Amino acid sequence: MPISPSLITEFKNLLGAQNVLTEETDRLSYAYDAAVLKQVTPGLVVLPTNEEQLGKTVKLAYENSLPITVRGSGTNLSGAVIPESSETLVILTNKLNKILEINEEDLYAVVEPGVLTAKFAATVAAKGLFYPPDPGSQTVSTLAGNVALNAGGLRGLKYGVTKDYLMGIEFFDPNGDLIKTGSRTVKCVTGYNIGGMMISSEGTLGIFSKIILKLVPPPKASQAMMAVYDSVQAASETVAAIIAAHILPCTLEFLDQKCIQVVEANAKIGLPTEAAAILLVEVDGSHQAGVDEDAAKVKEIFTKCGSTDIRVAKDAEEKNKIWEARRAALPSLARAKPTTVLEDATVPRSKIPQMVSELNRIAEKYKLEMGTFGHAGDGNLHPTILTDRRNEQEFKRVEEAVDEIFDVAIKLQGTLSGEHGIGIAKAKWMEKETNKATIEFSRRLRLALDPKYLFNAGKKIL
Amino acid sequence: MSEEYQSPVTLAELARMLMKLDDLLITCMRCGFCQSVCPVYGETFREADVTRGKIALLEDLAHELTLDADNVNDRLNRCLLCGSCESNCPSGVKIMDIFIRARAIVAGYRGLGAIKKLIFRTVLPRPRLFNFMIGVSSAFQWPFLRRASEKIGTSRAPILNPVLGHRHIPSLPSKTFSAAHGQIAEPGTNGQVALFPGCVPDKIFTQMSEASLKILKHHKVGVFMPDNLVCCGIPSLASGDIKSFIKLTSQNLAALAAKPFDYLVTPCATCGSNIKENWYRFIDRFSPAERTLIEQLHTKTLDITAYLVRVLKVDFKPVTNGTLAVTYHDPCHLKKGLGISAEPRAILKSLPGYKFVEMPEADRCCGNGGSFNLFHYDLSKSIGQVKRDNIVSVKPKIVATTCPACTLQLMDLLSQNKDEIEVKHVAELYAETL
Repeated sequence: MPISPSLITEFKNLLGAQNVLTEETDRLSYAYDAAVLKQVTPGLVVLPTNEEQLGKTVKLAYENSLPITVRGSGTNLSGAVIPESSETLVILTNKLNKILEINEEDLYAVVEPGVLTAKFAATVAAKGLFYPPDPGSQTVSTLAGNVALNAGGLRGLKYGVTKDYLMGIEFFDPNGDLIKTGSRTVKCVTGYNIGGMMISSEGTLGIFSKIILKLVPPPKASQAMMAVYDSVQAASETVAAIIAAHILPCTLEFLDQKCIQVVEANAKIGLPTEAAAILLVEVDGSHQAGVDEDAAKVKEIFTKCGSTDIRVAKDAEEKNKIWEARRAALPSLARAKPTTVLEDATVPRSKIPQMVSELNRIAEKYKLEMGTFGHAGDGNLHPTILTDRRNEQEFKRVEEAVDEIFDVAIKLQGTLSGEHGIGIAKAKWMEKETNKATIEFSRRLRLALDPKYLFNAGKKIL
Repeated sequence: MSEEYQSPVTLAELARMLMKLDDLLITCMRCGFCQSVCPVYGETFREADVTRGKIALLEDLAHELTLDADNVNDRLNRCLLCGSCESNCPSGVKIMDIFIRARAIVAGYRGLGAIKKLIFRTVLPRPRLFNFMIGVSSAFQWPFLRRASEKIGTSRAPILNPVLGHRHIPSLPSKTFSAAHGQIAEPGTNGQVALFPGCVPDKIFTQMSEASLKILKHHKVGVFMPDNLVCCGIPSLASGDIKSFIKLTSQNLAALAAKPFDYLVTPCATCGSNIKENWYRFIDRFSPAERTLIEQLHTKTLDITAYLVRVLKVDFKPVTNGTLAVTYHDPCHLKKGLGISAEPRAILKSLPGYKFVEMPEADRCCGNGGSFNLFHYDLSKSIGQVKRDNIVSVKPKIVATTCPACTLQLMDLLSQNKDEIEVKHVAELYAETL
């Protein structure tokens, strides 16, 4: 049933006609996100421009029983913002994009939901502060999207992920009432930790309107290194040994052979294409001496674990060159074939060798091209399948391979998703990782907060 | 004629022709990274305004998920063709190729408007008629014009508001560059170039063409400019009028074939990138003889600044004691289109008396986009306001650039904001020192 003209008029009165998109051509633009999934065109798309409008929009939609999907930049990889049905109202947060406060004394910032991650990070950096979460989509992702998906990035091992920076959040409930939780203080035990519940809630529990984020002082020194291995096992032992030596690199990245070969073919930056794996490591800290000490220890571990070639960046240019391999990973994989299916099954880091050999086995079994890179330090790998979604036969094998990847990850006591979210793509797997009671509990929780089950239904749990 | 250039009559034909772009469209992985650089999206936050959204719409139309070709065409045209997305695309999607070809296919289905037809098919192919029209307009312009900024050289035309909006525009010269010079065949000992002024430097900013000629003569370069050059064809192509584009290109090729040259040199970034890239993109539409020249032009077309630095290897030594602040705006078609950005800066940094200051986001699009400015003036202006703020932030006396279209836009923006900042082509500033 299409959304009634009188209700559309009400939205126009509330938000201004220019902020209500009714034409099919415009609605089609919100039928997808960055996941390779079936499109669903929403019934109406609105762009509130302030908090009051956002609250009233939620209230009006809920009263009229419209399914609601909140969308930022639509960059998630799990279908988390693909509408439920042709009646869905998509609420865009992009015009709520003001940084409301950066408090340099108390080290926090207050932002509207649509502020872009990289822009925010650059703004606080200009004030000599640091916001570490750096998801791959940071130049376009919104901070509310980061909270809703608990976005990670390259710095997870040492600096944590979005949840580690959420101090407080305000959001609208189905009645359009503003709910406040958390505070601007380091310590806060007032009420339930509702903010914790909003982390990775994927738009199912409330509509965010204001976010308080923790800031930290930036590191003053850093050192980047690269180590080449002729076995994944040796690379993985290196990762374990670095952590066992109580060194926490700010980034500890892994590229497998296929990935190295594809990057080299595309970017031609002099990578060893015979190598089984390379590790890219950066240590940082507040003193050069401490960083040098850590770097020396890491270098020793490289050698001890059997690295066949070690490169240490001597200056900014060399550091940039080392990271070029990682920066080029996704673009190179993406250029190799028309469709790129990027997964993020995550395992305890000691299980990386097993995971990589299982991934290779799966690629072979389903006759697929797959390159794997990722955050070795936190066991969060990105097996990336290179395919063409127009090839139905092959794409069916891709789907089967992805299912098997999840199976393996769960068997290795890992998780379905380290940072991309559950959305539509992995909802059917939730019970396998948890159990029926957990799904039931989650559903009861949702129903208590959203009695009509309108907030991004069809996502997270089925 | 290859099918790609025929006009689809039914929606099914339109869909089938768009399906020929499928191999290009499919390479978009929907990451949405184009949002971070798209000037139009930056103003509207509408997905249909950003490349990912447009590619999705083209796929929808190709697969007949939508039948609303008019609206898809409308969204497709809300694009500056600045190329920012393509240079930032992680999957290397050939975006300009998609948009240029898609515009031709969709415009073929919908047909061109009467005004566009008149301009593209009657005025642009006739250089003498075009020059005559400028001459007449020039003679009669002053009763309509009110001075807006002495410094910038702009005027308002209140009586023409229905046509021009509230634009602040430069006044027209009494004689175009080509009318003043006729054919140019200047002998030289330091290489031989064909000078392609482009419509705006020929008919409005004649000082850009004069400066280019003066520079080339100073460096003893042989200069050839036929007297029957026409528009390079980019306005027609951007509007999807592939027939006019082919006709204009053929006329230019015939004119340029009259005399051999080592390089084609132009003061216009847009003409330069169009000649180098788009003539070549449609090379299969031309005769074998024309193809040879197009291939030559694909590797031998340069803007005047790159010609000076790369070919003539003029030694532009930086000066350090200048005081007159000059900043530089990177035209999209020069930097993202032709990869030229260091050369104009090298020249500016060498000018005696000047102090070069870099503005923030120097390569951010100014919002002109040729006919985009005509059909989406308010959007063009709000995109431009960011550029204006960036210029003003470094407090220059002059903003230099290498594109006449950008110049029109910058003059309008600065004049409307009452900023006392002159807009000049890098070639003009260099020519003043000779």
